[in-house]
Amino acid sequence: MYKILSKTYLTDNIIRMEVEAKRTADRCLPGQFVIVRASSDGERIPLTICDYDREKGTIVLVFQTIGASTTLMADLKEGDGFTDIVGPLGRPSELCEMSIDDLKKEKIIFIAGGVGTAPVYPQLKWLKEQGVLADVIIGARNKDLVILEDDFKSVAENVYVTTDDGSYGRNGNVCVCLQALIDEGKKYDRCVAIGPLIMMKFAVQLTKKLEIPTIVSMNPIMVDGTGMCGACRVHVGDEIKFACIDGPEFDGWLVDFDESMRRQAMYKTEEGRKQLELKEGATHHGGCGNC
Amino acid sequence: MEVDVMKKVPVREQEAKVRATNFDEVCYGYSLEEAQAEASRCLNCKNAQCMKGCPVSIDIPGFIQQIKEGNIEEAYNIISKSSALPAVCGRVCPQETQCEGKCIRGIKGEAVSIGKLERFVADYAMEHGLKPRKEAPDNGIKVAVIGSGPSGLTCAGDLAKLGYDVTIFEALHQAGGVLVYGIPEFRLPKERVVAKEIENVKALGVKIETNVVVGRSVTIDELMEKEGFRAVFIGSGAGLPRFMNIPGETLNGVFSANEYLTRSNLMKSFREDSPTPIMKSKKVAVVGGGNVAMDAARTALRLGAEVHIVYRRGEEELPARVEEVHHAKEEGIIFDLLTNPTEILGDENGWVKGIRCVKMELGEPDESGRRSPQPVEGSEFDIDVDTVIMSLGTSPNPLISMTTKGLDTNKRKCIVAEENTGKTSREGVYAGGDAVTGAATVILAMGAGKEAAKAIDEFIKG
Repeated sequence: MYKILSKTYLTDNIIRMEVEAKRTADRCLPGQFVIVRASSDGERIPLTICDYDREKGTIVLVFQTIGASTTLMADLKEGDGFTDIVGPLGRPSELCEMSIDDLKKEKIIFIAGGVGTAPVYPQLKWLKEQGVLADVIIGARNKDLVILEDDFKSVAENVYVTTDDGSYGRNGNVCVCLQALIDEGKKYDRCVAIGPLIMMKFAVQLTKKLEIPTIVSMNPIMVDGTGMCGACRVHVGDEIKFACIDGPEFDGWLVDFDESMRRQAMYKTEEGRKQLELKEGATHHGGCGNC
Repeated sequence: MEVDVMKKVPVREQEAKVRATNFDEVCYGYSLEEAQAEASRCLNCKNAQCMKGCPVSIDIPGFIQQIKEGNIEEAYNIISKSSALPAVCGRVCPQETQCEGKCIRGIKGEAVSIGKLERFVADYAMEHGLKPRKEAPDNGIKVAVIGSGPSGLTCAGDLAKLGYDVTIFEALHQAGGVLVYGIPEFRLPKERVVAKEIENVKALGVKIETNVVVGRSVTIDELMEKEGFRAVFIGSGAGLPRFMNIPGETLNGVFSANEYLTRSNLMKSFREDSPTPIMKSKKVAVVGGGNVAMDAARTALRLGAEVHIVYRRGEEELPARVEEVHHAKEEGIIFDLLTNPTEILGDENGWVKGIRCVKMELGEPDESGRRSPQPVEGSEFDIDVDTVIMSLGTSPNPLISMTTKGLDTNKRKCIVAEENTGKTSREGVYAGGDAVTGAATVILAMGAGKEAAKAIDEFIKG
């Protein structure tokens, strides 16, 4: 069992947990992920690692309750544990492989959206440890959905919060914010965008225009996470890559986001049915229009 | 019971129509009476050919004689000296090309049903709580085994019998490798058979640490330098699925056989109450003709689909075991032979709606000795399907070779290891099974695990 040491709600449905996972905490780097199972018959759920403490042997997971399996995960309390956590999986961020001198020459802008804000944190923290301070845009639909702003302030140079409805920080989505920063005279050599597929798709369209090379982090459907099932395949340019072993981070300019959005929806109906069943019992068998 | 010496005692099976709708085991196996009758057909050859066909060299006439005499416990002791997984092998070995393929009875009639007899003994042992025996006291020397599939379990079991302190590192949450994620329940029951065989290996003192991906969670260098393992056996299998590189392979509804089978077998999505989903298909094309293709096809059939096997060569060239092809046909799988896909067709929402194929004809034999198929010009046609399962074989996962200094691989990404010992280019590191050979069979992997265990023992004892 992988014990949960702390559990906090960042919003109504985004949860942060610090969990014991010694082997993962020993070796993980920003950009990598784990696969967890909340119970002995649970689904395997991939989650990006959002922080780690090598001394304590712990990692931090942040997830949003969106389906039956994440709802069951949310029911776990401090002192309970995950049945399984395997990791670190995937390749570390490209930034971790660059020389510190090269990193210091670059001005990096991070774009963090929704629950995807959380995995940006270890990247900023790691960069700060190397003496590099980056800028970051946190995007959310409204004020209540902005997460980790204070944590980010301690590891980034400038934190720009923007909300779709203007209820907090700047007004508009992350693209509006990035364009405004450029118009205000900011210059960036590289962008790292992590968030919902639709956000990354539009962020990449803008950074292409602005000629800022962009890394994105993909979170497709996975089963094993070790290269075995191939469910996570994604077109990057002309090549088909497996997000679990070749990624999860890729050159955003080359990723086929429309295909990824379509593949993401593959089990939507079945997952929706399970979610309804969990809430309302076995009354949904398709055909009602809601499942 | 009367026996026709020329023919195998028939084995009872679930009726085809019934089993096509459930995941219960197809074959019921022999009763004691049937097993003794079948055993009486064995000629007890002095120069036993069958043993030469067995990759783990079980004393086949020896255990069959014990069955004849009704000493099933003794028969089990003979088998378990050579094999850690007899209940598995009795079910999934390709006996017709190994032990039974060499049986003298097979020259004029049918070979002795060695596989079914092995299974009978193993199942009897499980029911009666018989366990394999240790051959030497504990010596406290640590050996690491990577992967808990057939080669890893065999290597670990043999080393533990010799007294070593063995830890298996398994990437998934459950031990068993391909026995758990790949081979379906109806061919190899997971709780009743696989879990019990793994318990037997653990009873010898083997520890299994799940959720460790060697190469990511820990490296071989760290295992040897920091965690005190004197030797390492790599039995990590051939996990990476191949695709055809034809248009349409990322459409919704295209799966690797690995994904489809892992969902059903490991994650139990064939059960209504499993939280892991599996596509509810109406009509499925499974591309490929091996055992894995048969497993995927028969799984899809049981989940309620009409299933076509699409294979580019002819019936004789099907690489699957004869029994699997026979069972698949009985259950109603449709074989579209000499047929090769050229494109997967999608609807406007990106879901599979069909598969475009071309007819093939067989030309001259290629370097593998099989007649190579050539497309027939102008023979393209479409099959309407909503699901395509690609079962074209697998290649080894590069994670371990990428992260281990001085470990040589060949151009197919397979680890280079000496035949008969499993010795790699790295001192103290041995390898076997699909990680070395590419996708092969359970029993060949077990043979390699066995030889490596012997070589590791010799290496450590110097």
